[in-house]
Amino acid sequence: MSILEVKDLRKRFGNNEVLKGIDLTLEKGEVLAVIGSSGGGKTTFLRCLNFLEKADSGEIVVNGNTVYRAVSGKEPEILPSAQLSFGLVFQQFNLFPQYSVKENLMLAPRLRAKRKDSAVPYKEALELIGKRADELLATVGLTEKADAYPCQLSGGQQQRVAIARALMLSPDILCFDEPTSALDPELTGEVLRVIRSLKNSERTMIIVTHEMEFARNVADKVIFISEGMIEEQGTPEEVFGSPKSEKTRAFLRSDS
Amino acid sequence: MALFLEVCSQLAGGFVTAFLLFLLTLIFSLPLGLLMSFCTMSKFAPLRVLFKIIVWVLRGTPLMLQIFAIFYLPGLLKWFVWPTMNTGWVWFDTTFTTRFIAALVAFVINYAAYFSEIFRGGIQSISQGQYEAGQVLGLTRREVFFKIVLLQVIKRIIPPMSNEIITLIKDTSLANTIGVLELIWEAKDFMVLDGLIWPLFIAGAFYLIFVGVLTIAFNKIEKKLDYFKA
Ligand SMILES: Nc1ncnc2c1ncn2[C@@H]1O[C@H](COP(=O)(O)OP(=O)(O)OP(=O)(O)O)[C@@H](O)[C@H]1O
Ligand SMILES: [Mg+2]
Repeated sequence: MSILEVKDLRKRFGNNEVLKGIDLTLEKGEVLAVIGSSGGGKTTFLRCLNFLEKADSGEIVVNGNTVYRAVSGKEPEILPSAQLSFGLVFQQFNLFPQYSVKENLMLAPRLRAKRKDSAVPYKEALELIGKRADELLATVGLTEKADAYPCQLSGGQQQRVAIARALMLSPDILCFDEPTSALDPELTGEVLRVIRSLKNSERTMIIVTHEMEFARNVADKVIFISEGMIEEQGTPEEVFGSPKSEKTRAFLRSDS
Repeated sequence: MALFLEVCSQLAGGFVTAFLLFLLTLIFSLPLGLLMSFCTMSKFAPLRVLFKIIVWVLRGTPLMLQIFAIFYLPGLLKWFVWPTMNTGWVWFDTTFTTRFIAALVAFVINYAAYFSEIFRGGIQSISQGQYEAGQVLGLTRREVFFKIVLLQVIKRIIPPMSNEIITLIKDTSLANTIGVLELIWEAKDFMVLDGLIWPLFIAGAFYLIFVGVLTIAFNKIEKKLDYFKA
């Protein structure tokens, strides 16, 4: 069973039809790179997957469960658990400034553990959460920054914290929206290396990026989105090496 | 010297009243102001418009007028509706407590309106990304507001808040217009009854010292929140 199936996802803002029917399947452990020119709808697509925008119509199926279903003109149905199926790393990091790095990681799991319906006693849960935070900080190479505040970190370090924070709740699919485009060029490398290191058979990732080299090296699958539609998809070799569509070719030419 | 001490002790009594009015106003108007700010930002248009009008009226008319209105209007209305069963036209009777309560109500409502605008400015200045980051991490809107946004808002609104709160201290003197025995009233007493002017300056010193203390307190809070940038 595929970990993610997106069926005919559509979204419009007023008269502007931004997503014109996106269909996609992704297997567990796959990395999908999403490329496309500015305004094509890449961000909107990720935001719909993370329910920051509600798609007007279409279906999102995770592990065989339909977590989101919308029919044009009706209120969409969202499973309560849907949100945690996805994680999102923002272009602008969006760390919580008043919390230290480790507190940023722990905040959401901690608040969830505090809720009445939580199965584990709070104290026990807290210990596990702290351990997991330490592990993830090590993964992104920021163990020694655990007690620093976001304003004391470089952009690249902030983005690595944001990645660790998104991983705390073990989402089925982790999404990145241009994770390095707010960074100085010399800082993009450290973030891309961390993302690459996350790749394993358990983690499924969707990465919107303008870093073509990175997409080519890390992705198992690439889609090119243009004007709200998937214009081309395939393996990196197929899309970058021998693109079928004229639009893709033009885009790749202009980008390199 | 004996006179000086007498003046001071009487003024101290007035100061306690003023301080109580100040403190109770803060305690009630801060949460009420937060609630009002939510109403003025509501997606439900009738509620939003209603509260925008309320805030407009409360900020657009003199506080003294509002104190009179709270003190006299209920009685007047009652007199219009049931003229026979009423003994007087003051609904809040003349005991000190009810005068104090009338003043307090007026202050709370008026300051809640001012505070609500400060809260609104603060809340709207927080980037959408903070809310979205919270939502994506599975937090409820409530958790996002109280655990993520609120402290950032507080940090940002401390300067305008301290301004408004310092104004409130001095505004408590308006309560003497309906016979609340606060600082200015007591000082005026000496002027009217004993022909003494200088107690008024002592009263001024009371305000000054209190404002000084609060200024220091606000600076402390500001320093305390200096550890992060928002
Ligand atoms: N909240 C919104 N309201 C109205 N229009 C929007 C909104 N969000 C996005 N759009 C429009 O949707 C279109 C697609 O935007 P989107 O941000 O998804 O593009 P993108 O592919 O991510 O571009 P970029 O590479 O510049 O990030 C644009 O025309 C944009 O103006
Ligand atoms: Mg974008």
